Amino acid sequence: MTTTTAPPAGVQPAPDSAKPRKRAKRTAGEGRMAALLLSPTILVLALVILYPLLAAVHQSLYRAETGLDADGFVADVESFVGLANYADMFVGESGRRFLNALGNTTFFTLTTVFLETVLGLCLALAMNRAFRGRSFLRASILVPWAVPTAVSGLLWRWIFQSDGIANTLMGSEILWTAEGNASRAAVIIAEVWKTAPFIGLLVLAGMQVIPGEVYEAAKIDGAGWWRQLGSITLPLVKPTLLVAVLFRMLDALRMFDLPFVLIGPGKESVETLSMLAWDESNQLRYGSASAFAVVLFLYVAVVAIVFVKVLGADVTGAKELKLISKKNRQKKAEATR
Amino acid sequence: MTLSDLRNAAADSGAAPQATDAAVGRSAKAKPKRTWRSYSVYLGLALIFAYCLAPFYWMLVSSLRRTADIFDNTLLPAPFSLENYAKVFDGSTMFGQALLNSLVVAGTTTVFALLLGVFAAYAISRLNFRFKSLILGVIIATSMFPGISVVVPLLRLFTDLGWINTYQAMIVPSLSFAIPLAVWNLTTFMKALPFDLEEAAMIDGCTKWQAFRRVLLPLAAPGVFTTAILTFIHSWNEFIIALSMINDPKIQTATVAISKFTGATEFQAPFGEQMAAGVIVTVPLVIMVLVFQRRIVEGLTAGASK
Repeated sequence: MTTTTAPPAGVQPAPDSAKPRKRAKRTAGEGRMAALLLSPTILVLALVILYPLLAAVHQSLYRAETGLDADGFVADVESFVGLANYADMFVGESGRRFLNALGNTTFFTLTTVFLETVLGLCLALAMNRAFRGRSFLRASILVPWAVPTAVSGLLWRWIFQSDGIANTLMGSEILWTAEGNASRAAVIIAEVWKTAPFIGLLVLAGMQVIPGEVYEAAKIDGAGWWRQLGSITLPLVKPTLLVAVLFRMLDALRMFDLPFVLIGPGKESVETLSMLAWDESNQLRYGSASAFAVVLFLYVAVVAIVFVKVLGADVTGAKELKLISKKNRQKKAEATR
Repeated sequence: MTLSDLRNAAADSGAAPQATDAAVGRSAKAKPKRTWRSYSVYLGLALIFAYCLAPFYWMLVSSLRRTADIFDNTLLPAPFSLENYAKVFDGSTMFGQALLNSLVVAGTTTVFALLLGVFAAYAISRLNFRFKSLILGVIIATSMFPGISVVVPLLRLFTDLGWINTYQAMIVPSLSFAIPLAVWNLTTFMKALPFDLEEAAMIDGCTKWQAFRRVLLPLAAPGVFTTAILTFIHSWNEFIIALSMINDPKIQTATVAISKFTGATEFQAPFGEQMAAGVIVTVPLVIMVLVFQRRIVEGLTAGASK
């Protein structure tokens, strides 16, 4: 294998003594290639993520006010207001609206993710036991996931209509899509319907890699179903579950489509931070809209950091990547010997 | 060893995951005893079916009723009618155009995301370089970026550029979630492919580029395909960008168009038409899901479970 006519630089066999320097050289070459391959992606992401973020921070320091422009005419001019847009989040009418949206966002995130996780776990446990019709089950569980959120908002608005099927089945006369707690409940139900199957799928995948022998050993040792769940299944799916919960939380924090379509814009009881920022920018108040967007971004970032650093969610598979490159290096080292 | 040998060998190893899938099924197929327990399992399954499909079924049934009996509660549409579908396409709503717009936007976004994603994923999964996990981390982190934080500043920029009511005003921001999704999925797929084949090809005299193009890419094709489906579905379902960047009904995408469906009177929303439009927007996705369910599940779970 080592006698090749035209060996490419990367796999050229090297004498043992020259190995460290050789590796450094290869890394430099590969590094250049990697930079070349990655730069388009990084460039585009900088354009659509980094630029908007910086622009939002910049914009959030300004406010459009009616004043006199350079020629002395009355016009809408943008003036630098420092952190006033942020300070306003805590006082007066706009502050009340912001705190309400912040509260709604947090409330929806906590409730929906909790319910989704519990329900998703149950779904996964049920699917893990079913062997006949599993592929059919898997297909049906993907349907709520595939329905566009906007369509699901429309669909649940129809179900929750005052004379719709939900009230008919329950024999109630609740105004689900107006204001108040009923509309919050409607949003939570619709959101959980759409996303619990997703968590179920992820957790099921985590369950399926647990070897059957572990359960058999537990059974021999006399562990009941609950004991197996608590001592085997849950600890072993925990890493999967952690990543799934993190993704769901980040998704729930930016919730927009569902309350927007199901209940409507500008409804106090379901207005989220995304909806508030959207509404502000729709009113051409870009300054405060940007400030809200920045706050939401910071909120999302903090949650993500807490999950990754404190709870140890291995999102990137970085540990595994390192293992792979190590293995490759070892293999090459062996090959050169 | 020729290239076709390599491909065959890889095809064998590619079949492995499915085999293990079957093995999992076999190991746990201890003869089902007909006890109350097995019945309760079936009951549970029936409940899951109902949970997942009932709301969608209700949309389908409602869309097939006549406007006059839209508030019926029968499980099947009493007089079956396509009236709502005819209305959706009668031209006054421009829904056909909206579907076409969705197709253009989601399709273009998918193509761009894949093009960039394949190269990025190759670099991350195959090359040794510094800051690798940092770069992958940053790319994945961008996928968690809230849509509104992209939309507000870009709305301003695109207004200045005169891009409002254009396709690119939707495609460019959509890349912010499509690229991370594509890179991540493709990286996971490529990591799972055996490295030895490319190495063998390179020992046989291929350059890195040839090994990539003639060995890795054909092997990764299923992964690329799955990524394409996932990216397409995500872009097709995108809402907040299309809602913000477009106010001309001619350029609107389908998800935005149906959210703006209003009837002749303000007091009675045209629920039948809305349901019909919802079914039309969703059915292509449901068919995709049914046909490619194994791949989609693989793609969705690839990142999360290792």
